[in-house]
Amino acid sequence: MKIHLTSIFVDDQAKALRFYTEVLGFVKKHDVPVGEKDRWLTVVSPEDPEGTELLLEPAGHPAVAPYRDTLVNDGIPLAQFAVDDVRAEYERLRGLGVRFTQEPLEMGPVTTAVFDDTCGNLIQIATKPQ
Amino acid sequence: MAADLFKALADPTRRTILDELAEKSGQTLFEICSRLSMKHRLSISRQAVSQHLAVLEEAGLVETRREGRYKFHDLNTAPLRQITERWPVPDTSGPEQSIP
Repeated sequence: MKIHLTSIFVDDQAKALRFYTEVLGFVKKHDVPVGEKDRWLTVVSPEDPEGTELLLEPAGHPAVAPYRDTLVNDGIPLAQFAVDDVRAEYERLRGLGVRFTQEPLEMGPVTTAVFDDTCGNLIQIATKPQ
Repeated sequence: MAADLFKALADPTRRTILDELAEKSGQTLFEICSRLSMKHRLSISRQAVSQHLAVLEEAGLVETRREGRYKFHDLNTAPLRQITERWPVPDTSGPEQSIP
């Protein structure tokens, strides 16, 4: 068994697609209309196009808002992405106006940082484990 | 008022939280928990950290502020002044003491 797809709730799929591709640098993989306005919308890493897909899922269900708001309040990220250099990525994203709730922090073998994806979630970036 | 302060300072985990907030003010609960577990190898639940923060906040040593959807914790060392007012610290910055 392996992780093929994981999902994240987003307020607005079009806005999320822009942020996840234009700012974060992922590429669109699937974009299929579902129902009236929702889309089956996934992105992948350009470094691993056949790898795990991230589903940008509409956040309309009433359970989503209290769940996400409570986590964001405490600074808890909903997903973690690996980068080669957290500090360099932090500078790059900050230059693009991304808001960080945790600046790069070295903790033994890992460095992490946490930013707001502008779609309702906090995301952690971390150095790839060796 | 001072009793709260001493109670808050009596716990080693709470002192560690203050150390980390002294190093960097404005931390989310998540960052404080990460620092305790990764830097200090303290296996402690988020709920327990929340409770420690509540004790520190009650003593006035930690202040929280909201910024949009996030909540940050800051260190406030002002209450510690009560200790030095009660037991004044001699001024050791005189010239004779500075000579090694």
